[in-house]
Amino acid sequence: MLKSVIKMEFEPKLVGFLCKWCSSAGADLAGVSRRSYPSNLVPITVNCSGRIDVSHVIRAFRDGADGVLVSGCHPGDCHYTSGNYKAWRRVALLKHVLEDFGMNPDRVKLEWISATEGDKFAQTVKEFTKEIKELGPGPYSNVKERE
Amino acid sequence: MASKPRIGVFICHCGENIAGTVDVTGLAERIIDYDDVTFSTDYEYMCSDPGQNKIKEAIEEEDLNGVIVAACSPSMHEETFRSAVEEAGLNRYRCEIANIREQCSWVHDGDGSKPTEKALRIIKGAVEKVKRNIPMEPVEREHSDKCLVIGGGVAGIQAALDVAEAGNEVVLVEKEPTIGGHMAQLSETFPTLDCSQCILTPKMVEVNQHPNIELMAYSEVKDVSGYIGNYSVQIENKPTYVDPDACNLCGDCEDVCPVNVQDEFNQGLTSRKAISIPFAQAIPSSYTLDEEACLGLNPLRCSKCADVCDADAVDFDQSSKFIEEEFGAIIVATGYDLYPKEKMGEYGYGQYEDVIDGLQFERLLSATGPTRGEVRRPSDGKVPKDVVFVQCSGSRDPENHNSYCSKICCMYTAKHAKLYKESVPDGNAYVFYIDIRAGGKDYEEFIQEVQEEDRVLYLKGKVSKLKKVDGKLRVWGMDEIAGERMEIDADLVVLAQSIIPSSEAKDTSRKLNLNLGQNGFYKEAHPKLRPVESLTGGVFFAGAGQGPKDIPDTVSQGSGAAAKAIEMLSKPTLTHDPQVVEVDEDLCSGCGLCISQCPYDALEVNSRGVAEVNEILCEGCGTCASGCPTNALSLKNLTDEQLTEMIHAQIGD
Repeated sequence: MLKSVIKMEFEPKLVGFLCKWCSSAGADLAGVSRRSYPSNLVPITVNCSGRIDVSHVIRAFRDGADGVLVSGCHPGDCHYTSGNYKAWRRVALLKHVLEDFGMNPDRVKLEWISATEGDKFAQTVKEFTKEIKELGPGPYSNVKERE
Repeated sequence: MASKPRIGVFICHCGENIAGTVDVTGLAERIIDYDDVTFSTDYEYMCSDPGQNKIKEAIEEEDLNGVIVAACSPSMHEETFRSAVEEAGLNRYRCEIANIREQCSWVHDGDGSKPTEKALRIIKGAVEKVKRNIPMEPVEREHSDKCLVIGGGVAGIQAALDVAEAGNEVVLVEKEPTIGGHMAQLSETFPTLDCSQCILTPKMVEVNQHPNIELMAYSEVKDVSGYIGNYSVQIENKPTYVDPDACNLCGDCEDVCPVNVQDEFNQGLTSRKAISIPFAQAIPSSYTLDEEACLGLNPLRCSKCADVCDADAVDFDQSSKFIEEEFGAIIVATGYDLYPKEKMGEYGYGQYEDVIDGLQFERLLSATGPTRGEVRRPSDGKVPKDVVFVQCSGSRDPENHNSYCSKICCMYTAKHAKLYKESVPDGNAYVFYIDIRAGGKDYEEFIQEVQEEDRVLYLKGKVSKLKKVDGKLRVWGMDEIAGERMEIDADLVVLAQSIIPSSEAKDTSRKLNLNLGQNGFYKEAHPKLRPVESLTGGVFFAGAGQGPKDIPDTVSQGSGAAAKAIEMLSKPTLTHDPQVVEVDEDLCSGCGLCISQCPYDALEVNSRGVAEVNEILCEGCGTCASGCPTNALSLKNLTDEQLTEMIHAQIGD
């Protein structure tokens, strides 16, 4: 019998919190323009990136996410005027906290993606998937690296 | 949900759009095993009438109290399906959309297992959300019947007239001393060659005389607050230092004024005085004293204009007036500018006097222009015998300038060449072009007429450079059809400068919370189906601020925006999205942190020491809910519990 060891590539699980007005619309545009990207990121559309609390991001990690994307409107373009600035501060703070707890802060990514930036959305997911693949499974990852 | 959740999941094939990538039948079979899902099916087109009927029937037969439609983006059919669910007797918020087309099937390929797994996760998340959704009814609210129109070009004029004709009061705000916009500067319009001012000025007069229109020229919108139906707007009316009611347009003030500055209306081809009127038919029909150019509004330094004015119309003591008004709807018609000439160094623009832009050439052709309609070049007033027109100057050049097509330049260049040949029959007109875009009623015929009957030489190719050689403007270009390099010694070069959003677009977008597209034009709510609406409720677009367009399109959009505004204003009350924040008074400590987080001033700490939400002002962003240290605030139908369960469903195994 042929013995072969097939190294399965680590497929990270990613959550993307997308604001409804810019980033989810940008993701829709990526779809309309058929810009393909890896399927690792599962989107959760929220009204505003300002709706995202550090506890939601931590919850995603606890549930086994290997990386979390928070994406909102560009600074100055928030549909709700300033929710994205709140998200900005919260993510910045969270990154510090994660670092203190021994987690790589790069597992959280904040990106501004507008409704016209379908390409940027696809590119962001591609890059983020690649980055997390390189970092390997997250602290509570339920994705086992199989051999 | 009070009773036990019974969720139905309806998976759309969207023809092959979803079914081609995602195993839709397999999904329906698997999701039925998920908690609280009691029914699942798949169908070719869920949005079709038979598709919607399947949902309605299942709600009744299977006693469903929640529905997931796994289909296209909610921006497409959320409304369709929520209405269907409502017809079957459920509250509309018992329906959620799982976006498995735009955010799944259209962006993933491969053997189908990965997109199918992702679709399953998206659906599970939606199930967790819908089963915790509470039924909500829209909040009713009063609104103002007034409409604000920002920008008094032909788009704003048309919109203002249409709204006013429908019986609504309109305030038209224009930053310049006169309405009319760029259309007032044009000589003749393509393809019919109507005199531009002759068809525009009657409309300007109509605006001025309409009982429902209040015209505020030389004014600016300073601040906007509020929301659809109830915008509170502060407008600054700048001082003209001339009483328009007293001014009789004798022009004596202009004759004695010692200060000369560039005349904006003539695109800098001539000068005007510090006290001036843009053009004879300007509306409001009055002089304006330019306070920056004036020697100082100080009677001791110079008061020649005031001294000579028999009507006593000049008043140095005027100051800005600030007006606060409530408006139900706002139409944004801020128009366009030309791409700055400083950026066209390769064509010598800004360096050589006889390299001009399309609007300057319009002024040279215009009977009211600096040359009374005779084509004479700026440098020495001679009639140019060889004129080169350069199309796409700053357009369709992603490496150096704008990548987009400015849409109107092919047509107006043809018009320019035609009018030039009519004015100077023995002159030669050359047009460099990349492509000719003449999509429009009678446009192609016009181009053919110019090419064939007016003997204008069209050269397919770009101009590479331009330099002054022996007193002539030497233009180097390509004639791609003949395959030859071209060198033309021209007397005058006219650049069809790219169209860019007017300088106010950015500022206006900030004040009104509008999105701008990547080229800086206003972004409409939907590029195909909602082209005159913005994503901000009650704000509509008209004209070139939303994208380059010609006069017929601009006027159409002006009327379109007006119709949308009238539709909204004619409703007795408006409904407000009931997805707002609510307070759990038991948890609220009254710290007031939420107040500073709310961009709408919708929160306050009431007399009982707890936070209170103004449901009319709350727009439902949920930022305060995330910032509340005691978790006392929650956004209806997107609560922490819902988010937590959605995350768990979508990421957990």
